[in-house]
Amino acid sequence: MTVLLRGKIAIAGTGNTRRWYAPGRSAFEQLAEASVLALEDCGLGLKDVDALYCAHSTSGLPVLNIAERLGLGPRLRHADGTMVGGASFLFHLRSAMSALAAGQCDVALVCYGSNQASAGGKLVPMPDPQPYEEPYGARYPLSSYALAAARHMHEYGTTREHLAHVALAARQWSKLNPDARERGDLSLDEVLSARMISDPLTKADSCLVTDGGAAVVLTRADMARDLKRMPVHVLGTGIAVSHRQIAAMPDLARSAAHQSGAAALQAAGVSLTDIDHVMVYDAFTICTLLFLEDLGFCAKGEGGPFVASGAISPGGSLPVNTNGGGLSCNHPGMYGLFTLIESVEQLRGTAGARQIEGAKISLAHANGGVLSSQATAILGTPDTV
Amino acid sequence: MTDPRFDGPGPDAAWEDLLGQGVFAVQFCGNCGIAQFPPGVVCRHCGGTDLVFQAASGEGTVYSTTTVRSREGGRNVAVVQLAEGPRMMSRVEGDPETVTIGLAVVARISGDETPVVVFDRKEQA
Ligand SMILES: [Zn+2]
Repeated sequence: MTVLLRGKIAIAGTGNTRRWYAPGRSAFEQLAEASVLALEDCGLGLKDVDALYCAHSTSGLPVLNIAERLGLGPRLRHADGTMVGGASFLFHLRSAMSALAAGQCDVALVCYGSNQASAGGKLVPMPDPQPYEEPYGARYPLSSYALAAARHMHEYGTTREHLAHVALAARQWSKLNPDARERGDLSLDEVLSARMISDPLTKADSCLVTDGGAAVVLTRADMARDLKRMPVHVLGTGIAVSHRQIAAMPDLARSAAHQSGAAALQAAGVSLTDIDHVMVYDAFTICTLLFLEDLGFCAKGEGGPFVASGAISPGGSLPVNTNGGGLSCNHPGMYGLFTLIESVEQLRGTAGARQIEGAKISLAHANGGVLSSQATAILGTPDTV
Repeated sequence: MTDPRFDGPGPDAAWEDLLGQGVFAVQFCGNCGIAQFPPGVVCRHCGGTDLVFQAASGEGTVYSTTTVRSREGGRNVAVVQLAEGPRMMSRVEGDPETVTIGLAVVARISGDETPVVVFDRKEQA
């Protein structure tokens, strides 16, 4: 039996701390601030929240920690602490939609916070030993993405210049976003001459390391209509789980985004040509190429020439990562929730200098682990429902 | 009453034990015949539980490769496609700058205290 959820659930409020370097503020404090902002955004309060969704890189018990800190425990009717890396929050979105539609809860809070940058080396990630990879000294997670990039180059003739154009496009967008962490000039030469970390990926191919907090409030569409902000409806979602260790990825040049993307498009009942705006989780430059190809925005293997043509830069045919992405805006450990926040910004028409005129449908895609988990969400303005 | 199919040390410990005896093994499925690595309790292809360790041929080709850079220099990390089918992360010995995708390699067990499977170039082995 299929329960049709298209448009039935909406993002009612969003919160973004925009604090990319905040010494003295813990990850939970970033998360709490973002949660308050998201609830205030739509005119609700913590006392209205009866469902909690969260994942954390340093805590294996995020629901318990956060419910206690926000005082949510006594009222919770649904919760999910699924941890699949940076895509977790889009898995949470899908989980919350079902719970809301089934009437198991009424106001769902999806939230995240990190102090990865200001805490520096003091952060201890949760243990997750991989004894069949550990002896070889790969740099985690970067070398795994480098192995995917090397294979993509081998199969499709992708070059370091192609990858560099992903970083350049992100920077062109971040210059239009006053909240982006990196907004300085960046040249092709600078990207190509950046320090090599694990061939073919350099520091300039890698996302930023920042602090940050984000949250979204979800309700059923009928309730969202009566709240403060224009609801942004969830038209469809899809998830895919592929592997844990990079050597177990079935095809290093093709991600499971082709599964999550196809599922989300089908659920939303839209085609790629209907999509006005795209967010893809760019932990590394190769991610943007892989996801644009695997979601179907260009032919498989042609992501490099597509990006180098200027297609995803300001003024191009497909606006991608308009906040500047993980490469130039912010990347607090797990970035997935920020893709949704920028999609909402664009659909509300509040994105300022980077606003995509008349954007009605946005696709947000998140990745977790080492291309391990993929999740796609398609969002729309009320008149797309 | 426990199920005797799962008696004894688990596949991770059994694999490590074989490695300590100088054998690089992969599992073969008695149901579908597929080889798998890393070892597991079930066949990830068919779900069968009749898995047997056999020495790998050691033959493989580099499926993907990277050079991890540090102040001490570069070191290779590769994903090797084994002749039996599965892939594994490992390292190709020798100059990391000359490891390429498609390179034919042969497995060797390196290190006494903590043995690891590494690969040499086939033409030099
Ligand atoms: Zn089998």
